Amino acid sequence: MSLTRRDVENIAHLARLSLSDAELSVATASLTAILAFVDQLSALDATGLEPMAHPLPDQVQRLRPDVVTETDQHVKYQANASQLEAALYLVPKVIE
Amino acid sequence: MSLHTLSIAELASGLQQKQFSATELARHFIARGEAHNGLLNAYITLTPERALADAALADARLARGEGGVLTGIPLAQKDIFCTDGIRTTCASRMLDGFVAPYDATVVERLAAAGTVLLGKTNMDEFAMGSSNETSYYGPVRNPWDTARVPGGSSGGSAAVVAARLAPVATGTDTGGSIRQPAALTGISGIKPTYGRVSRYGMIAFASSLDQAGIMAPSAEDCALLLEVMSGFDPRDSTSVDVPVPAYSKQLTPSVQGLRIGVVREFFEGGLDAANAALVKAALQVYVDQGAVLVDVSCPNMGLSVPTYYVVAPAECSSNLSRFDGVRFGHRCEQPKDLMDLYKRSRGEGFGAEVKRRIMTGTYLLSAGYYDAYYLKAQQVRQLISREFAAAFTQADVLVGPTSPTPAFPLGNQGDDPITMYLNDIYTIGANLAGLPAMSIPCGFLQGLPLGLQLIGPHFTESRLLATAHAYQQATDWHRRVPAAYV
Repeated sequence: MSLTRRDVENIAHLARLSLSDAELSVATASLTAILAFVDQLSALDATGLEPMAHPLPDQVQRLRPDVVTETDQHVKYQANASQLEAALYLVPKVIE
Repeated sequence: MSLHTLSIAELASGLQQKQFSATELARHFIARGEAHNGLLNAYITLTPERALADAALADARLARGEGGVLTGIPLAQKDIFCTDGIRTTCASRMLDGFVAPYDATVVERLAAAGTVLLGKTNMDEFAMGSSNETSYYGPVRNPWDTARVPGGSSGGSAAVVAARLAPVATGTDTGGSIRQPAALTGISGIKPTYGRVSRYGMIAFASSLDQAGIMAPSAEDCALLLEVMSGFDPRDSTSVDVPVPAYSKQLTPSVQGLRIGVVREFFEGGLDAANAALVKAALQVYVDQGAVLVDVSCPNMGLSVPTYYVVAPAECSSNLSRFDGVRFGHRCEQPKDLMDLYKRSRGEGFGAEVKRRIMTGTYLLSAGYYDAYYLKAQQVRQLISREFAAAFTQADVLVGPTSPTPAFPLGNQGDDPITMYLNDIYTIGANLAGLPAMSIPCGFLQGLPLGLQLIGPHFTESRLLATAHAYQQATDWHRRVPAAYV
């Protein structure tokens, strides 16, 4: 299957990635090559094979008690944010 | 005596017997890092002040007689592990200025044991690559030939150990990222069973495949570190609550009667004859020690790479959605609206290979394609796991080459992603099945090291390390150091 430039623009939008024109051209070719490569899997008859959800057999997702374990460290955690005001993250206006 | 060519056990003994202090040891490795990093580019961040502070603490512990085997041992951390108060970049522009607000469990455990942090090692961006060329901070050079790559993604860790800039370094392995660079730089590296080592604070790439491990000259060195890194961690929901054996106490050098499964598919197809000959020569060392070779087959092993390149990008696209330019990480200048903020922050912050994998995963998971690709890949993953399990009814460990070729020249693999992906053709299977696997040096081709891969059933790290140790008792490949770094 061959992807068009428009397909890749749509994928980039879904992935929230801005791409330059040059990047779009490279991505169109390389994504097409990758899809052709992984398409080898379609030749295999996998009827009856349980999809493997975990690399270890019989493991289940563990749950922890629903209690607060974190202390308030927002100053430390927010030190990596580029724009803050009153401990709130600033983004461009969403609602006019 | 060269401090940088001593094993971990020898370093520990020297520290305990006061032949040298942890501070002297730290200064020695700090000086080596500063002297050689300009060329090798193996560290993204050197932490000399932290190292001296750690060493002073270690010396105080040793003076009180409280130190353990690792107290005062210098090490390098792959820059994928969060280090509290120290820049943690994952080799990405996205995290260029990121100072982690907490320690990864691996970092915490190794620090608690008294190790000394020398720095954070270079890697492929977000661990996506097999040559260390996707790093935002530039490629790492292979100490055996600085015109060549060290492998990846843990290429910086491999290079610092190979050049003896650190006695040991952590790594992570999603599709071969510990084993392939270990092979290409002539050192030992182990990826334990999935869930054995906590992933807490280890920046996620593909969560069902990622596993932390360790890289050092010998299997014995690896054993001493792995037994401290491993263990249950409630903060990682996939951490396994299984006791950790004292790996270093189980390095029995005898392989008498050990059934070594030679995986037929690993030697078919593209494997270079000279590479195959090195692996066969290594197997003869085991036969001479009383091991038994068994021919085994995993017929669908060839599908492991395409399976991986569905599962890994799918999980990557999901994991990397956290980088939104809002809470941490790179943010673009003057965003005109929220969508522009997301798109340009991510477009500028991620490199080409990372964007490629995010888009691949986004496509594979999108409506209408999920069953055909992701679900199918999970079924093939089941098939490959069953084939491994069947092989382990005939053999105690499986063997093969680690990498199809020795280290290749920088910039050699061009723009074709598939060529690069096929570097991991022998290593990916173990990740898909969650199996422990290790690479140990087994000789040289044209002056470049190559590795022998050992794969075991779940939770047989002791067996793998002991099997590797037995080989290293009979050979000295793991003691070879590139001439410029002796």
